[in-house]
Amino acid sequence: MPPVFGVLFDGVAYGMLLFLLSVGLSVTLGMMNFVNLAHCSFAMLGGYVTVTLMNFFGWPFFATLPAAFIAAAVVSIVLERAVFRRFYHASDLDQCLLTIGVVFVSIAAAAYIYGTDQQPVRLPDFLRGSIALAGLNFAAYRLFLITVALLITVLLVVALEMTRFGAQIRAAVNNQRMARGLGIDVDRAFAITFALGSGLAGLGGALAIAMVGLDPSFAFTYLIYVLIVVSVGGLGSIFGSFAAAILLGVSDIAGKYYVPAIGSFLIYLVMIGLIMARPRGLFGRRQA
Amino acid sequence: MTSATIAAPHDYLQTQTRWRWPEIGFWLATLSPFVLAPDYLLLASQVAIAALFVLSLDLILGFAGMVSLGHAAYFGVGAYTAGLVSKWGWGEPLTGLLIAGLVAGAFGYLTSFIIARFRHLPLIMITLGIGLLLQEAANSASWLTGGFDGLQGIHTWPIAGKFHFDLYGYTAYGYALAVLFLIFLGARRLTHSPFGLALRGIRDNGERMRAIGAPTRSHIRTIYTIAGMIAGIAGALLAQTTETVSLEVLGFQRSADVLVMLILGGVGRLYGGLLGAIVYMVARDQFSGLNPQYWYFWIGLLLIAVVLVLPNGLLGGLSLLARRLKAAS
Amino acid sequence: MQRLGCSLASCALILFGAGAAEAQDSVKIGLIMPYSGQFADTAAQMDNGIKLYMKQHGDTLGSAKVEFVRKDTGGIAPDIAKRLTQEAIVRDHADILGGFVLTPNALAAADVSAEAKKFMVVMNAATSIITTKSPYLTRTSLTTPQLNYTLGTWAAKNGIKKIYTMVSDYGPGIDAETWFQKGFKDDGGEIVGSVRFPVANPDFSAFVQRAKDTSPDAIYVWVPGGAQPAAVGKALAERAIDTAKTKVLGQDALTAESALKSMGDQALGIIMVANYDYNLDSPTNKAFVQAYNEDFHRNPDFFSVGGYDGMHLIDAALQKTGGKTDGDSLIAAAKGMAWESPRGPMSIDPQTRDVVQTVHIFKVEKVGGELRNVEIDKVPDVKDPGHMTN
Repeated sequence: MPPVFGVLFDGVAYGMLLFLLSVGLSVTLGMMNFVNLAHCSFAMLGGYVTVTLMNFFGWPFFATLPAAFIAAAVVSIVLERAVFRRFYHASDLDQCLLTIGVVFVSIAAAAYIYGTDQQPVRLPDFLRGSIALAGLNFAAYRLFLITVALLITVLLVVALEMTRFGAQIRAAVNNQRMARGLGIDVDRAFAITFALGSGLAGLGGALAIAMVGLDPSFAFTYLIYVLIVVSVGGLGSIFGSFAAAILLGVSDIAGKYYVPAIGSFLIYLVMIGLIMARPRGLFGRRQA
Repeated sequence: MTSATIAAPHDYLQTQTRWRWPEIGFWLATLSPFVLAPDYLLLASQVAIAALFVLSLDLILGFAGMVSLGHAAYFGVGAYTAGLVSKWGWGEPLTGLLIAGLVAGAFGYLTSFIIARFRHLPLIMITLGIGLLLQEAANSASWLTGGFDGLQGIHTWPIAGKFHFDLYGYTAYGYALAVLFLIFLGARRLTHSPFGLALRGIRDNGERMRAIGAPTRSHIRTIYTIAGMIAGIAGALLAQTTETVSLEVLGFQRSADVLVMLILGGVGRLYGGLLGAIVYMVARDQFSGLNPQYWYFWIGLLLIAVVLVLPNGLLGGLSLLARRLKAAS
Repeated sequence: MQRLGCSLASCALILFGAGAAEAQDSVKIGLIMPYSGQFADTAAQMDNGIKLYMKQHGDTLGSAKVEFVRKDTGGIAPDIAKRLTQEAIVRDHADILGGFVLTPNALAAADVSAEAKKFMVVMNAATSIITTKSPYLTRTSLTTPQLNYTLGTWAAKNGIKKIYTMVSDYGPGIDAETWFQKGFKDDGGEIVGSVRFPVANPDFSAFVQRAKDTSPDAIYVWVPGGAQPAAVGKALAERAIDTAKTKVLGQDALTAESALKSMGDQALGIIMVANYDYNLDSPTNKAFVQAYNEDFHRNPDFFSVGGYDGMHLIDAALQKTGGKTDGDSLIAAAKGMAWESPRGPMSIDPQTRDVVQTVHIFKVEKVGGELRNVEIDKVPDVKDPGHMTN
């Protein structure tokens, strides 16, 4: 098989990670227009939960993943009820400032508790190494990542398209006022969606450690990539996040492989180009 | 349309542009570090530079409603221009400042053609993208910019041949403060003019402005160019007073910091930006001195506290307080 | 009465005289490091090395009590580093400047050292030109050419004929690439390909694939510390690079303790060049590591030893000048100073004021069930080749 398939595979895997990190923000931004720049702090939280459970309590890797999800979701509910709720109708700028403050606090807390060093994590043996197939090497961990992400995507789509709650969310994203008028409890729907999105970010953070590492600056570094995915994909759209994440993941990796000299520029050029062509994003449903 | 109604906007602007005593008090207070805190003049000069940078962002964000996450691009262009001009042999600060301002302004003008077409999230992401691209380009062009190590060989000549840049920072602060004050006067005049009113109109309701025939795109391009020029001058000041320029003048951290300073102080009030710069820079210096590893924590709490307690930033909260006191008395 | 007066007067003279000969009985050292932000851990390790030295020497250097003024640059911020250095001198009256983890900050501070004529000890930053920026500046860490040129010549002499190099595309990485390739080619090796990857690069599999495509004898990787070494290890595992067939060479950070923990057995066989590793087998080092473990519950690294030796240099220089803290005396005393450090013998070159030390070559092996860097070769008294061409 020509190396392009290996590159595509790697790119898709990286894209899947970005998807898990971004999908929550896309839906909550689309639904409530709440600019949550602290989204990646939840991802970071999930990562640190996994590290703690594995390195201090000896949990197996797989058991820590649901724990990361739940921990991030719970913390997000607490924050949402206590603080964020009051700012749904505040200006964009106030929301930015508030959530940036939360990011700063989370980074400092992580540095205090865990130090600023990289967090090592030992994956189970069958997830290390690679599988040789038709002359190419497919990393086992990337296969795992793609599988998990696809599974979650299917679950999300099923939940959104085939459940009543999903219909309520879609209604709230499309036209909040109308949805309220029809008696849908938009606030409750939002709270649950926020928790879900943050939980997914937490899961993404846990899965990210073995691929891109974890340290307290994670909350800021990946915020940029998540914002890129969300703006390119379009707000409030799961499919948009999915498509944008794959597009960006593949172009980033392919760019670095084929033309390393402009590898670092490519992701920003692609983003600027796509946003200029489609300001609403590829599949955006709401004007930001 | 009687002459009274035509005169009304003119009178409104006239009353707005009168100098009030808090303003005069503020500018007199900026002279106090020379006497009260001469050990802190270097910090004061960097606060003045930050204040000028925040001022430039306020013009596009507070008055024209354009959120930019890449404003450091213009700051960096100005810094590198001033640095390179000095490195190539011409270290005279005032002309270097002008050249840097013109180059940054030109860059602002060119990018404004793209930027003026977008609002909200697309605008944020495009400005972010431009900033990040520029930083990568500066790293790649290390033959020009010095890359990671930074630009070496900058030497700023004494101002007017007499005022040498000393170790204590007297000249640095005096220079930065003077430039800040002059540009502030210009910005103040600009925002209290019909053009300034037009900008506020664009910020509040762009479609309506277009409906009444205002050339919104052209106004946005103009203010963006001006803001770029001012940001470039701030960058040049940093390059000249510290004789250092490195990649982080173009970085996301700097763009994010200036945005935080502006929102903290209060957008759209000119003085808000200045206040935000002072509070943020001083707080950062003090927290950092107290406990270097964890100053982020206290800054984060400060930001959260300000948002919870003072809507519209520090100045917004203060003016609310002043109004309440006035109403009570 | 008169006799008492005379003896009092002579007592006073003796005291004054003593005061004049001992220029100062307390010394202030300004430490400028990135205590917060991305590089905080390196600053912590360096500070630990400093604290350990002070503890072992009763908080005195030379014969003076020492006071530290710690200033945080927050990361790469030459404008802030310069201001903090100026403030340390002007406001806090520091006599000596130390610390300096990052090159841009060190370069900016060097200007201040030159203008204020203050003795400055760079304890980590590794770019050659730093020592040329101030005549009062010296270094106790390492330089990138020193390590990489040595590795290049070592590789060519030890059976590696064709090599593929990959480095981070910024100052230090490009420096490393230039000098490694020079050392390798000077001894007859062939560079079959090279690539520079973006600095903020989380994923190396594409680049390792490119390397593999050229079938080299070895791959040379240079990445900064942090997340990247472990990511490189992962990429090597994913692309099934067998270190027995295709050697992997790198510099210190590649096989740092945390990186080895993440990489696991894939790291076995990686060859690394460094000026220090805690596994060095010498009595001096064993004592150092033990004391470090007791106080800080972790192992020292090259940042720690940079700080420790920096303090030693200041101590020895102050002893030689009899307590005088002006820049001229101290730098004159520092030139040519030689001592036994946990890293081996080291000295300060009198002409370039830069560090001369033993460069060690390590290989990752399993020792007692744990992955460790084991020394397999060394080159003593290596000067910085970067200065020789300037």
